[in-house]
Amino acid sequence: MDTLSALANGFAIAFTPVNLMWCLVGTTLGTAIGVLPGLGPALTIALLLPITYQVAPESSFILFAGIYYGAMYGGSTTSILLNTPGESATIVTALEGNRMARSGRGGAALATAAIGSFVAGTLGTLGVTFLAPVVVGFALAFGPAEYFSLMVLSFVMVSAVLGSSSVRGLTSLFFGFFLGLIGVDIQTGQPRFTFGLVELLDGVSVIIVAVGLFAVGETLYVASRRYAGKDEIVPLKGSLYMTAQEWSRSWKAWIRGALIGFPIGALPAGGAEIPTFLSYAAEKKLSKHKEEFGTTGAIEGVAGPEAANNASAAGVLVPMLTLGLPTSATAAIMLSAFQSYGIQPGPLLLTTQANLVWGLIASLFIANVLLVVLNLPLIGLWVRLLKIPAPQLYAGILVFATVGSYGISQSPIDLVLLYILGAVGFLMRRFDFPTAPVIIGMILGPLAEAQFRRAMTISNGDWTVFVTQPLSLILLLLALAGLVAPRIWKVVQHRRLRGQEPVPGDA
Amino acid sequence: MTSEDREDGARRQAVPELLIGVGLLAVAAAVLWQIWAIPVSPMYSKVGPTVFPYMTAAGLAVLAVLLIVAGARGGWQPEDEKETPTDWKALGFVAAGLVANVVLIQPLGFTAASVVMFVLVCFGFGSRRPLRDALIALVLALAAYFGFARALGVNIGAGYVENVLNVAVDFLLGLRN
Repeated sequence: MDTLSALANGFAIAFTPVNLMWCLVGTTLGTAIGVLPGLGPALTIALLLPITYQVAPESSFILFAGIYYGAMYGGSTTSILLNTPGESATIVTALEGNRMARSGRGGAALATAAIGSFVAGTLGTLGVTFLAPVVVGFALAFGPAEYFSLMVLSFVMVSAVLGSSSVRGLTSLFFGFFLGLIGVDIQTGQPRFTFGLVELLDGVSVIIVAVGLFAVGETLYVASRRYAGKDEIVPLKGSLYMTAQEWSRSWKAWIRGALIGFPIGALPAGGAEIPTFLSYAAEKKLSKHKEEFGTTGAIEGVAGPEAANNASAAGVLVPMLTLGLPTSATAAIMLSAFQSYGIQPGPLLLTTQANLVWGLIASLFIANVLLVVLNLPLIGLWVRLLKIPAPQLYAGILVFATVGSYGISQSPIDLVLLYILGAVGFLMRRFDFPTAPVIIGMILGPLAEAQFRRAMTISNGDWTVFVTQPLSLILLLLALAGLVAPRIWKVVQHRRLRGQEPVPGDA
Repeated sequence: MTSEDREDGARRQAVPELLIGVGLLAVAAAVLWQIWAIPVSPMYSKVGPTVFPYMTAAGLAVLAVLLIVAGARGGWQPEDEKETPTDWKALGFVAAGLVANVVLIQPLGFTAASVVMFVLVCFGFGSRRPLRDALIALVLALAAYFGFARALGVNIGAGYVENVLNVAVDFLLGLRN
C-alpha cells in the first residue's frame, strides 16, 4: 500500500468521534502530568494499562500517544516557570527558559516552546510516516541472530553510552533483565525466580515496576530531600505573542532542533537528552545574541532544544513500530501494551495491523494541533496545577499507585513488591542510577532471550552464528565499540593532561 | 555521612556506595541460588531456560565488583548530593503510610486504607492539618475507586465504605433505568 493512501486511511480512523475523544483525553492528561513534577508519561501509561482490557487497540494507543506527546509539551512549562525539569529531556529548556521567565519574558518562552514543539512534532511525525516503511524494508531481512545483535547494540546504547556512567547504566539494565526473567519460561514452561511464590508465576507486572520506581521511589526521594532548597514559581509575565524579532530568531532554531532530534531519536539508541544538549550547543554557537545566553535568557536556547526534544520523541516511535525495539521507558511500556493485546511489534506490524499503526500516526498529527491549542491559550490553567502543594500531590500519587498495583490481582503481595521496588527506586535515585534501563531491560530482555534461543536452535547450538552473519557481526562490533571507545578516549585524554600517570577507572 | 572538604576526599572510601556494591553482589548470589532451583529438562539441551539467567547473574556479579571498586576509590556522588542531609523523619512517616496501606487494605478496604496512608504521607511532607488532609483523601480515594473500579472495570479492594456507596449508586442507577 502506498504510504499516502495508508496515511489517508489512518486519518479516517483517527477522525472518528470516539478516537478524537481519546486523543483529546490523552493530550489533556499528558499535558497535566507533564506539568506536574514527579509524574511522567511512563508512569501514567503504566497506570492506564488496564484500559487495554476494555477498549480497542486503536483507541488505547491513540490515548497513550496523546499522553506521550502531551507530556513533552507540559514538561517545558514546568522547566520555564519552576526551573525544575520534570524529565531529563527538558533540563536544557530550563537553562534559558527560566532565565527568560525571570527577566519578564516567560510568555515568549512558553510560546516558542509550544510552537516549536508543534513544528518539530509535526516534522518528526512526517519523518515517522515516511521512514517507517523504509525501515520495515530492511527489517524484513533480519533473522533471529541479527535481531539479537541489534538488541545487544540497543542495550549498550541505552544503558552504557547515553548515561552519566556505563557501569551504573548497565547495572540498571541487568536488574531489569532479572525482573523480566521472573515467572514461567515461555519455551519450556519451567518456573524461574519465583522464590516459591505462586503470585510470581505470571511474572512481575511492568505496572508494578514502573509505578514502584517512578512513583513510590520518587516520593521517598522527595521526602528525604526536604532540606534541599525549594523552587519558586516565577509568575507568568509578558505577552504570549512573540515579536517579529522573536519569530525570526525562533523558526530557524525549531527547524535545526527538529533536524537534530529526529534522526537521533530514530536510531535504535534513542534518548531525548543528547539531541537537546546538541541543539543547545548549536544554537549558542550560531546565535547573534550570545550575551543573552546564561544571563537574561536567549529565545533560541529554548526554541532549539524544545524542538529537538519533541522531534526525538517522534523518532523513538520508528524503531518501536518497525522493529519492536523500545528505546525509552515510555516506549517500553507501550510495547507491553501491544503484548497485552497479543500483538508482537515488528516489521510485520505495518501490514498486519495497518489500521492500528496508521491510525496511531494520523492521531499524532491531530495531537500536535490539539496540544498547541491546549498549551497556549489555556496556559493559565496549567500554571495553576503547579500550585498543588507537595504533601497532597505526593500523597495523591501514592493513592493512584495503590489503585494501579492492587487492581491487578487484589493481592497485598503486589503492594509489598511495589514498595520493595519503591525502596530500590529510592536508592537508585539517591545514588544516580538511571531508571529507564530497568524498564527497557525488563520488557526487551525476554524478547532478546527468545531471539537468542531461536537463533541457537536454527544454528543447531553453534555459538558462532552471531559472528558469522555479516550484519550481525557489524551490529555486535558497534555495540563493543560503544562500550569500549568512550573509555579509551577518556584514557587518552587523561594521558594528554597528566602524562603517564595511571588513571582510575570511571564507574 | 561525613563530608569534610579535604584535598584527598576523592580518594577516600565511600561507605554508602560500597554498601550498594555489596548489596548488588548479594543479589547476584541470590540469583545464582535461584538458578539452581530451575528444573532443566534434558529435552531442551540446546539452550535451556538457565542460559540467560546465568548470563544475568554473571553480569550482575561483574558490575557489583566494579561498583565496589568505585566505592573504595571514593564513590561517585556529587558533593552537593552528599551535603544534603537525609530527612529521616519525613521518610519514616511516608514509609509508615505505605506499611499502613498494605496492612489495612484487606481488612478495611481501599478507601479507608488510602485515607490513613494519605494523612501519614502529608504529615511526613510537613502538612499539619490532618483533618483537612483526611477529607481530601476521602474525596480523592472515592473518585479513584469509582473511576477505576466502575468505569474501567478494575477490581480494587472494596471495604465497608465502598459497599455502602456501591449499593447507593446501584440504587440510583436502578431508579433511572
